[in-house]
Amino acid sequence: MTDRLYVGSRKGLFELARRDGAWEIADAHFLGDPVSAVLAAADGTVHAALDLGHFGAKLWRCDGAGAWQELAAPAFPPKPDDAGDDPHPWSLGKIWALEPGGVPGRLWAGTMPGGLFRSDDDGQSWSLVETLWRRPERRQWGGVAGGEQPGISAVLVDPRDPADIRLGVSTGGVWASEDTGASWRLINEGMYAEYMPPERRTDPVAQDVHMLARCAARPEIVWCQHHNGVFRSTDAGARWGEVTAIRPSKFGFAVACHPRDPDTAWFVPATKDERRIPVDGKLVVARTRDGGRSFEPLSRGLPQRHAYDIVLRHALAVDGEGERLAFGSSSGGLWISEDGGESWTMPEARLPPIAVVRFAADEN
Amino acid sequence: MPTVSFTPALERFLKAPAATVEGATLGEALAQIFAAKPALRSYLLDDQGGLRRHVAVYVNGAPVRDRARLSDPVGARDEIYVFQALTGG
Repeated sequence: MTDRLYVGSRKGLFELARRDGAWEIADAHFLGDPVSAVLAAADGTVHAALDLGHFGAKLWRCDGAGAWQELAAPAFPPKPDDAGDDPHPWSLGKIWALEPGGVPGRLWAGTMPGGLFRSDDDGQSWSLVETLWRRPERRQWGGVAGGEQPGISAVLVDPRDPADIRLGVSTGGVWASEDTGASWRLINEGMYAEYMPPERRTDPVAQDVHMLARCAARPEIVWCQHHNGVFRSTDAGARWGEVTAIRPSKFGFAVACHPRDPDTAWFVPATKDERRIPVDGKLVVARTRDGGRSFEPLSRGLPQRHAYDIVLRHALAVDGEGERLAFGSSSGGLWISEDGGESWTMPEARLPPIAVVRFAADEN
Repeated sequence: MPTVSFTPALERFLKAPAATVEGATLGEALAQIFAAKPALRSYLLDDQGGLRRHVAVYVNGAPVRDRARLSDPVGARDEIYVFQALTGG
């Protein structure tokens, strides 16, 4: 069980520690700078991605002793002449997902405008996964998050097999590789997109996959918070069934899956789609423990009047045991649970808008 | 030789002192800066070598025209000023 939690916000990275049974802010890094992704390894190493408004996307690494160093951020190769009609820029917008690759030194970075990057030296250097970037379907990916650029929101590596990867693309469907990224398949049969014209509703590349979560112990089980609903796959993303029991609403961004129990998952629903606020101004976490057949709205400790907090894709986290959860909101709210979501407490802080919440990896 | 100076806003991230450089174009002038300080490049230019969208460069008080290829001519007495375009938040 980990006692360290990282919160990436619009104006800095906050490090929380659990002391005497309570969580408190132990340190703050990059104050004033937007943080778009964070990854905290069990050995104390932390990678943090910044999204500087003027000066671009940056990547920093903190060694186990607490010293930060800037690394070279992922960069696109020179745009070839025959790519002139590419609708997306060959330039890094921001790092949206940072994930361990399952072997020492390997990291994956999912980015806007949709490039997947790989590092085999713990983030010192990066290369674009051109096998994906050059797929013709990539040009059909659509922009998200108020911008024109698509983004790879989820990079999920099978804990049993580092060659087996699933990507969630917003907007661009679910992608699979079984050979460490040498080749890719667009999968996700069974999703539908309410926002598309009728003839393209089931087009796999048109699916706005807000976020994916994969069960660590049963990686064939994958949950998806989609733009217009919740879906679950029992075959590692090839086929999906809609989870219609989600309450109080089916719109949301984030999803977390219990690391050992593939039937338990958490969501933070909101009024769809045009309004994007909690239903009736009540902030709740929706938990299922039966594979999505039923959901409980968990509200103890969460604001139930005039709460307008939205929880973005990377702002809901569960620890390696499945008991501790944390989420942060677009209004700067931060709540932590130590009992699987039954009850929540808020550390003493008024934080900037939160983009990412992540526990340090377990030390065992 | 043109001089290049930088917004103090960069100082939070890395040192960027003013410098006098050789070069007949903005790109050539900046290339000399980056040769001495490689880390500065990605703060000012995007992956394709153009000026970042929210970075502004003026020569003698006027904005440069070619933000993609940095081909604006610069002369020996020109002053190049690199600063941040104003954005809110």
